[in-house]
Amino acid sequence: MTLTQLPALQVILPLIAAPVCLLLRSGRLAWLLSILVSTTALIIAVLLLRLVLENGTVIYSYGGWAAPWGIEYRVDIANAFVLAIVAGISTVVLLFSRVGVSYEIKSSDQSLFYTAYLLCLTGLLGMTATGDAFNLFVFLEISSLSSYVLIAMGPDRRGLTAAYQYLIMGTIGATFILIAVGLLYMVTGTLNMADLANRLPALAQSRTLRVAFAFLTVGIGLKLALFPLHLWLPNAYAYAPHVVSAFLAATATKVAVYVLLRFMYGVFGSSFTFDSMPLQFILMVLGALAVLSGSTIAVFQHNIKRMLGYSSVAQIGYMILGLSLASVSGLTATLVHILNHALMKGGLFLAVACMAYQLGGVRLADLAGTGQRMPWTSAAFVVGGLSLIGVPLTAGFISKWMLVVAVLETGWWPLLIVIAAGSLLTVAYIWRVIEMIYFRSAATADGPPQEAHWSLLAPVWLLIAANIYFGIDTQWSVDVARLAAQLLFGVHA
Amino acid sequence: MRDNPVLRVVTKITIPIILLFSLYVQFHGDYGPGGGFQAGVIFAAAFILYALVFGTQAVRIVVSPSILRLLTASGLLLFAGVGMVTMLLGGHYLDYDTLAQNPLHGQHLGIFLVELGVGITVAAVMITVFLAFAGRRD
Amino acid sequence: MDMFALYNYWVVIFLMMTGFYVVIASGNLVKKIIGLNLFQASVFILYISMGKVSGGAAPILRETVQTYSNPLPHVLILTAIVVGVATTALGLALVVRIKEAYGTAEEDEIHSQDESL
Repeated sequence: MTLTQLPALQVILPLIAAPVCLLLRSGRLAWLLSILVSTTALIIAVLLLRLVLENGTVIYSYGGWAAPWGIEYRVDIANAFVLAIVAGISTVVLLFSRVGVSYEIKSSDQSLFYTAYLLCLTGLLGMTATGDAFNLFVFLEISSLSSYVLIAMGPDRRGLTAAYQYLIMGTIGATFILIAVGLLYMVTGTLNMADLANRLPALAQSRTLRVAFAFLTVGIGLKLALFPLHLWLPNAYAYAPHVVSAFLAATATKVAVYVLLRFMYGVFGSSFTFDSMPLQFILMVLGALAVLSGSTIAVFQHNIKRMLGYSSVAQIGYMILGLSLASVSGLTATLVHILNHALMKGGLFLAVACMAYQLGGVRLADLAGTGQRMPWTSAAFVVGGLSLIGVPLTAGFISKWMLVVAVLETGWWPLLIVIAAGSLLTVAYIWRVIEMIYFRSAATADGPPQEAHWSLLAPVWLLIAANIYFGIDTQWSVDVARLAAQLLFGVHA
Repeated sequence: MRDNPVLRVVTKITIPIILLFSLYVQFHGDYGPGGGFQAGVIFAAAFILYALVFGTQAVRIVVSPSILRLLTASGLLLFAGVGMVTMLLGGHYLDYDTLAQNPLHGQHLGIFLVELGVGITVAAVMITVFLAFAGRRD
Repeated sequence: MDMFALYNYWVVIFLMMTGFYVVIASGNLVKKIIGLNLFQASVFILYISMGKVSGGAAPILRETVQTYSNPLPHVLILTAIVVGVATTALGLALVVRIKEAYGTAEEDEIHSQDESL
């Protein structure tokens, strides 16, 4: 099995491990298999990233059939970057879930949990690596269906309604993407993304193409929770099991952002996207509205996970703002924020999970006085919150800085006000939590809860420390993102 | 429904025919309409008919839920396993040419095995879904 | 007239809008899933009717036939049908669990039960 088989192995290994997990009855064995497979997927993703940075795009054709007849996987720098992020987050969350899953999921269901988790991982990795438009739809549905199952697995019955609402909206989104792929096939006769990129410039005036683009943007917008299509996200993140919230918040919407920018820049080309279609104006307005409304609604939430969900809507607004600027620096800012937000939100959700396991709830009032009783977990939440605000020396600052630089290049001053307002509102809702943690005393009559188990703290601090690392040394985040952005821009003029 | 003699007798006559038809659809997928998914669903329909007439307990005696779980996993493993075998034999994933001496025979064998895997998984999943829904008492 | 020659697209649009309306306007959770199925069925018809080559036979290899309809949309739709079946099964499983947990399958009653928390 040589290096050329890596793109296939990246997706196939979790796919094979999922039914094996189904056969295993024991939750511990299923966890062991999952962590092994996820670590292998991470190693493969890092190897692919290095391979692509040295040699250029890696192409893998399934079944030996060459494109455009066969399905091919095209891994370039943007792909490999997102693959590494998804595999990395998955491994850290699995490290957490060895102990974490036992708090929320019955031991008879744990092997089923890991089956669904591995299928979700397969879907996300496949969506990222593929170079075929219909294959993208198939893996999108694999990841979506398994995430509906994961969200419904929690003990709270509101998780069921949240999963149902997500199912309805997500299936409509995926069907819109299917319509768009069908219309594209109708006009060009091919499903391969690189081939589509070659054939589409000749058809730029066709109405079918515009309709396909519109369906595609709305469909992907539903999956990435673009304002106003974000209604499923706060409930889904709030009532899912804590481990699932961390995994989905850090990966699922990021992969959808990647798919959007792959289609916008890599298939349709930036000249069609921004000159022929008014996407620049639309995305800019929606991104700004997402930042402002998401942050504002987050300030009024009593459930911490719901607050973090609305915060995610706002952060996705930042990514969309970067996309709408139609420049290399804007695209770089979006790609860097994909990495940084995954680290931030993953760390914050896992820290909240630690607190919830000890305190029994995720309401703001439950967290009173946690600072004294769980010092490490609270410190992790504070650092994650600072990163979300964008304090210097954290990863969040780097993303905001790149976005501000990109906005200054275009000279649209109102966007700077939006970004600043978003940061101020973030200070507001993070401060509410910090005040409750550190400046209120606990009201419970029972003995004080102890600090979380070390195997729960280690993954949290791994992600939080990565926040600080990527805030100081940006070689692996900004430079790789810039190369990826230049590559995506270079496909079309 | 098991007290009704017409239903009982007709079911006992038609179930073998349905099963046979599903096998026909399974193996004629490459030269006519058919294939794994369709055959799996027809196969499951036979079991569901049996459950509707004779009760879910009777079906659980024929196929227990643990057998169904085993079949679900092994169908998917057969599909993915064929791909891994082709990779080990030197081709890309699911490159059926490597499976036999003659590439044409390799393609036949590959499609046969893959569709068999799909059919097994789909039949097991459909029966599982039906039993899961029907087994709940309101 | 040219508009009625392309009647398959009119069928697609009619089914799509009907399905979408049922999803949005219906209060019962099971009816929403049925609307979703209608919506997906319209997309299937879009693909399959797109694949027809005029004068082409069904895409099954035979000696006497020169022109075949395009088999690729058929394959794509088989995959999409399976996805639709899986989504329906999952949605109905969620509705069964919701009915057991809340006692009702009507969206507004569930909403009012959650609001009162």
